[in-house]
Amino acid sequence: MGELDEFRREVEAWLRQNRPPEPDFLLPESFMEVGSDEQFEYLRNWQRKVYEAGYLGMAWPREYGGGGKPQVYQNIVNAEMARQKVPFVPNTIGLNWAGPLILAVGSEEAKKRYIKGILNADDIWCQGFSEPDQGSDLANCQLSARRDGNEYVLNGSKIWTSLGSYASYMILLARTNPQKPRYEGLSFFLVPMKTPGIEPRPIKKLTGEYGFTQTFFTDARIPAECLMGKEGDGWKMAMLTLTFERGVTGGQAGGLSRVSPGVDDVIALARRSRRDGRPALDDPLIRDQLVRFIIEDQGDRLTAKRGEIAALCNERPNAIGLSAKLRVTEHRRRLMQFAISLQGANAVRFVGDADAVEGGKWQRAYFNSFSSTIGGGTSQIQANIVGERVLGLPKD
Amino acid sequence: MTPLSNKLTFSDEQVSLLDVATTFCREKISIATVRRQIASESGFDRELWNEIAGLGWTGVMIPEDFGGSGLSLAEVVALVEPMGRHLAAVPLVSTQLFARALLAGGSEPIKRAFLPQLCSGSIGTVALFESEGDWDLGHIEASAVQEGDTVRLSGRKTLVCDAAVADFVLVSVNFSGAPALAVVKAADLPKERRERELVIDETRRCFSLRLDGIGVPLSSLITGERAQAALKAVRDAALLLAAAEAAGGIAGVLELTVEYLNTRVAFGRKIGSYQSLKHGCSEILIGLERARSHVYHAATLIAAGEDAEVALRMAKVEAGDSMVFAGDRAVQFHGGFGFTWDCDAQLYLRRALWLQNAFGDATHHRRRLADLLLTAA
Repeated sequence: MGELDEFRREVEAWLRQNRPPEPDFLLPESFMEVGSDEQFEYLRNWQRKVYEAGYLGMAWPREYGGGGKPQVYQNIVNAEMARQKVPFVPNTIGLNWAGPLILAVGSEEAKKRYIKGILNADDIWCQGFSEPDQGSDLANCQLSARRDGNEYVLNGSKIWTSLGSYASYMILLARTNPQKPRYEGLSFFLVPMKTPGIEPRPIKKLTGEYGFTQTFFTDARIPAECLMGKEGDGWKMAMLTLTFERGVTGGQAGGLSRVSPGVDDVIALARRSRRDGRPALDDPLIRDQLVRFIIEDQGDRLTAKRGEIAALCNERPNAIGLSAKLRVTEHRRRLMQFAISLQGANAVRFVGDADAVEGGKWQRAYFNSFSSTIGGGTSQIQANIVGERVLGLPKD
Repeated sequence: MTPLSNKLTFSDEQVSLLDVATTFCREKISIATVRRQIASESGFDRELWNEIAGLGWTGVMIPEDFGGSGLSLAEVVALVEPMGRHLAAVPLVSTQLFARALLAGGSEPIKRAFLPQLCSGSIGTVALFESEGDWDLGHIEASAVQEGDTVRLSGRKTLVCDAAVADFVLVSVNFSGAPALAVVKAADLPKERRERELVIDETRRCFSLRLDGIGVPLSSLITGERAQAALKAVRDAALLLAAAEAAGGIAGVLELTVEYLNTRVAFGRKIGSYQSLKHGCSEILIGLERARSHVYHAATLIAAGEDAEVALRMAKVEAGDSMVFAGDRAVQFHGGFGFTWDCDAQLYLRRALWLQNAFGDATHHRRRLADLLLTAA
């Protein structure tokens, strides 16, 4: 244990000394919210610095650019980053989705070509799963990939592409065979974004910022070797990617991928805010609201813990997993809305206003919280899923 | 805020007790049984109770020295949750509260006099509340005065569960200006001293007790710090077991409702296919998942002897309110049938309201949680 403790101390000191100075603009909370060049450059430089110090991809193989160390070292770094609330590393799709997939099922050549660029942020990755007309139904993917000699020809569009304007590569789910049943007709590609015929167009969000693109594909020709696995393996690959995303199997490069305020930060905000000349935290009604949020938050933490005990989940083994998104994202949306209400008359200020509380991050966080109550299946769809798949109610 | 513990463990004993109790309740405690008990005067099924005692459940947390199994309150939780699910009307919780008080504050002779009897099926209960309805257990008007080797009780206690079938009642009294607890035997509580109260949960039999003139031996009185410890132990156990019963109750009423929604047809469709009802049921499930997690976490801390005040209050808030929500929606979702006596949804709603208001409602506990968690600025 001595060696690990020493390592922890070393990491703690390095992060303290090397964390970048607070910028004069508001930083995003995750890679999904990177909306300006200055935000992007700041975060990319931070990732480079972390990688060069040896604190990213520590458990990935040495020969491709990783550190070749046991996972426990990366875990220590991740925990320390979260504790010190340093900025996140922005190449999330590369580090947590594409990289693990390539290492698990990619060719030797693919590993040599892609892994290092993922770690040092030379190559930013984006994800092409969602489509404009498919809503929450991923398997209904329609973007066409038609084989033509040694190439595939791509036509269609993807939406909600985070970092789409900055990415060198996209992991893409496309339909190679429209005749086959919906799951079997899908294939998975690693697509160079500079391919002629691929055009990312930024989407302006309700916050007024950018952060996503809709990516259009018009007769874009990519080499056949961009295919991951075999033709028709797309759904399998996509599901494998999602298991990496959820972190259940390990394999992620590590680093912090999100820095967002929680209940503790809202309590601190209530302590700083004023009501009738006193801290808002002294107001009995505000205290009661805070306690409600704490009980809910603690309920979800404990529920995750209870999920590990089979004897306490055997009546409906899927209940905790299938209700998690609904519970956690709706809680967060209401918490952020509440945080705005703590700011008194200043609640109406927004990002960019000199007097906005903490640069308007709460207002922005509330608006952005809809990305998780809508994205990945809206809360209403989640409630249907819970009703039908957990409780066994009839479909409508 | 200091980080909250997220300790949650489940012992092998809990696994097996939960399993056995789940099967037992399913086989022995049908809704028809519950309705029969509601209709009866005593509300008590001696045969069922003997079976429960025969399984050793009354002595689960009582040390082996006194004839029990030497486990903890966490194991009792695993029994009480399935009982709550089936709306069991048995004096197990009352007996556990009585035992808990004695374990925490009773002298050796008191423990030796009563705990072995509980293990062999005697019934105990606690008389803590008075006519004002104050949840503060330290606020006591009933009193005890010493006369030689005897203490003479006076005053009135209310909402005493199972008083007509109890062999022993632990009564809180004011003794020389401080709380004390007196063990009163059934022989000293004849019919004339008891008055039946009509309570919202009709599976329960509650009584007010007139104490004037009752004498108990001085040796049966728990006083001073021991009395304080006993009262705290009773409150903690009451919160935990009420929350466990409620968690079970949510599961029961959810099952009832889902079954109806999967059967009843309106406008040509099973009503469970309508999203307004489906989403309501998902909300009930979310309450159930969170409540169970809070309950078993609090049980874990109690069993480990750690400070569980925050966890207990949270469990009570979440489980109590979630069961009232579930019972309320169950009545509504049953439509016209839900408005009738014959629909079982009302049984759960009535139980929910009982549990929600037992030993402090959500507002009461959130108020204290705020003081525990949010240090003033």
